[in-house]
Amino acid sequence: MSEVAGLDVGSRAIKLVMRREGQTVLSRRLPTTFDPAGQLRELFANGLPERLAVTGYGRELARELYPQARTVTEIKAHALGAGSLFPQAATLLDIGGQDTKAIALMPGGRVGRFEMNDRCAAGTGKFLEYVATAFGLSVAAFAALALTGDDPPLISSMCTVFAETEATTLMARGVSQANIALGLHKAVAGRTLAMLGRVGLTPPVVFVGGVAKNPCLVRLVAEAVGGELLVPESPDMTGALGAALWLAAETA
Amino acid sequence: MSDAAHKAMWEKLDLDIEAHDGLLAVLGKFYGDIYLSQEGRLKGAEYLDFVLSEVHGLRIKEIQDAKAAGKKIVGTFCVFVPEELTLAAGAVQVGLCAGAKAGTELAETLVPRGTCDLIKSFVGFKLARLCPYTESCDLIVGETTCDGKKKAYEAFSALANMHVMEVPQCKAPCDMTLFRSELVRYKEALEKLTGNAITAASLAEATKVVNAKRRALQRLSALRAADPAPISGRDALLINQISFYDDPVRFTAKINELCDEIEARVAAGEGVAPKKTPRLLLAGCPMAVPNWKLPYLIESSGAVIVGEESCIGERNTRDLTDETPADLDGMLDALAARYMQIDCACFTPNTERLDNIAALAKRLNADGVVHYGLLFCQPYAHEAMKVGKAMDAAGIPYLAIETDYGMEDAGQLKTRVEAFVETLA
Repeated sequence: MSEVAGLDVGSRAIKLVMRREGQTVLSRRLPTTFDPAGQLRELFANGLPERLAVTGYGRELARELYPQARTVTEIKAHALGAGSLFPQAATLLDIGGQDTKAIALMPGGRVGRFEMNDRCAAGTGKFLEYVATAFGLSVAAFAALALTGDDPPLISSMCTVFAETEATTLMARGVSQANIALGLHKAVAGRTLAMLGRVGLTPPVVFVGGVAKNPCLVRLVAEAVGGELLVPESPDMTGALGAALWLAAETA
Repeated sequence: MSDAAHKAMWEKLDLDIEAHDGLLAVLGKFYGDIYLSQEGRLKGAEYLDFVLSEVHGLRIKEIQDAKAAGKKIVGTFCVFVPEELTLAAGAVQVGLCAGAKAGTELAETLVPRGTCDLIKSFVGFKLARLCPYTESCDLIVGETTCDGKKKAYEAFSALANMHVMEVPQCKAPCDMTLFRSELVRYKEALEKLTGNAITAASLAEATKVVNAKRRALQRLSALRAADPAPISGRDALLINQISFYDDPVRFTAKINELCDEIEARVAAGEGVAPKKTPRLLLAGCPMAVPNWKLPYLIESSGAVIVGEESCIGERNTRDLTDETPADLDGMLDALAARYMQIDCACFTPNTERLDNIAALAKRLNADGVVHYGLLFCQPYAHEAMKVGKAMDAAGIPYLAIETDYGMEDAGQLKTRVEAFVETLA
């Protein structure tokens, strides 16, 4: 069977998965930047795949560039991708650069009820990036710092601007940076749990998206769901994988 | 009408000409993108295009002519204001609900920031001098359907001649008595305004006119049960929007003509989208002109809208007023009975709305229900949750959306709607 490609144009990263004969033969990731069209041209400098499915917030842009491409929402793509990696998964959590999605999974990776944040990037990857920057740290170092905390303060604000204000106030009160960092991660996990609750939160839960690479958040979400938390090896590639699987099934 | 004649009329109404020109330019562009780009539209949609192109032109001219002939103009914001009484007093009734972000900063000097866009919009249109309808009104009728509106009317009454009707929040016999007495109070306000007494004869005649309009819209609604859908949800919404400000007799005739065309189309098995296109019922808050954002997003996501469970839709047209009473008292009883059937989210409890939505979805052969809540509209936000449970119980797929008149969430909304449509396919 011929080659099929899944492309996930996210707000922070562009991900590509190529599959041939039911196997993933290539995975690539590059930053979206402020010129996603330029990044896509670079990605496909050596020619376009025969069959291309695009997902992510930039799917319409990609289809303008490649009119032959088919589009699928990231909700369906992530569900299919996660469902293929973990057929037993019943609930999906995806935290990306600007969106958080909670999806009840039906057999075969079909989408049941789903929830998604409305307009503001509160509690998403961008939120964590922003507060890490305010600490003068990379996201990875910020997560590592948070893991050393043991007594996190309750941080209520999910607005990036107000969370920073709240963190500054806590620092002035002498709360350690590690605990503030842990508190900020807990705030994200708490918001996420509320969204999961609205779709039913049936275990086991699979956690995907770029933020699932954050070990502190993985730990907190696992604690919050109170059971097994499944995380793929490359959690940010699930959308691209799902798009490729979808197109393979559609054009089989 | 010539551009110069338009301008002279708007100047006479003391509109902010420059800002108003800007508004019309945006509206024209928006209409072109959302309406004129549609394929397979009905021929009768020319009427809609014409009415909308002259929304601040010819219709306003007609209203000025009516005023010159001694008629009074009554502006309303809500389907609880009985048009039967307004017409019986020889007045013209126009809906003032507004669906565009306009004069928001000015509006926030009169109403709090955490107020819904519909309220901010009508206040903003007034303060920014952008709405020729508002400026033409001799009386503006408010109603106590929600806290946001009733407090906004207090502030608004400093700017316009207002009459506020009390709408009860329950449906017990004492509430019916209250609403009936509010009808009498409104009748008296109209008689004072117009100098015309409302008689059994004039009310019977007005009731016929308003019922005929409702019947035409009911006929349209019934035809939309066909697959393929014979008319787009956008066009049907526009028809319902126009029903609030066009002349009722002309409107009824035009919509009946349009329904004749739709009947032929249904008989020929033709439609605006292929057979089996996912069909959605839109439920929730009213969408006033030009709030076409969500219908446009839905219909460009591979679905077609087959009904509007909203005040600018079924809530306004579902029930007829009983025409059998012969005396004024009996007619007022009939009006009270008809208007108290409205399943507005301001009522507690309001369980009949849940049954009505499920029944409507079934009648229209809808594959799913999308609930539209306007941000900061608390009554409908609560009901969005109840409707979700009711749809689950009825086995009807359901998506709840909360949004406002801004465009910044269009990308995320499209993802949610597309994903919902994918689950139906």
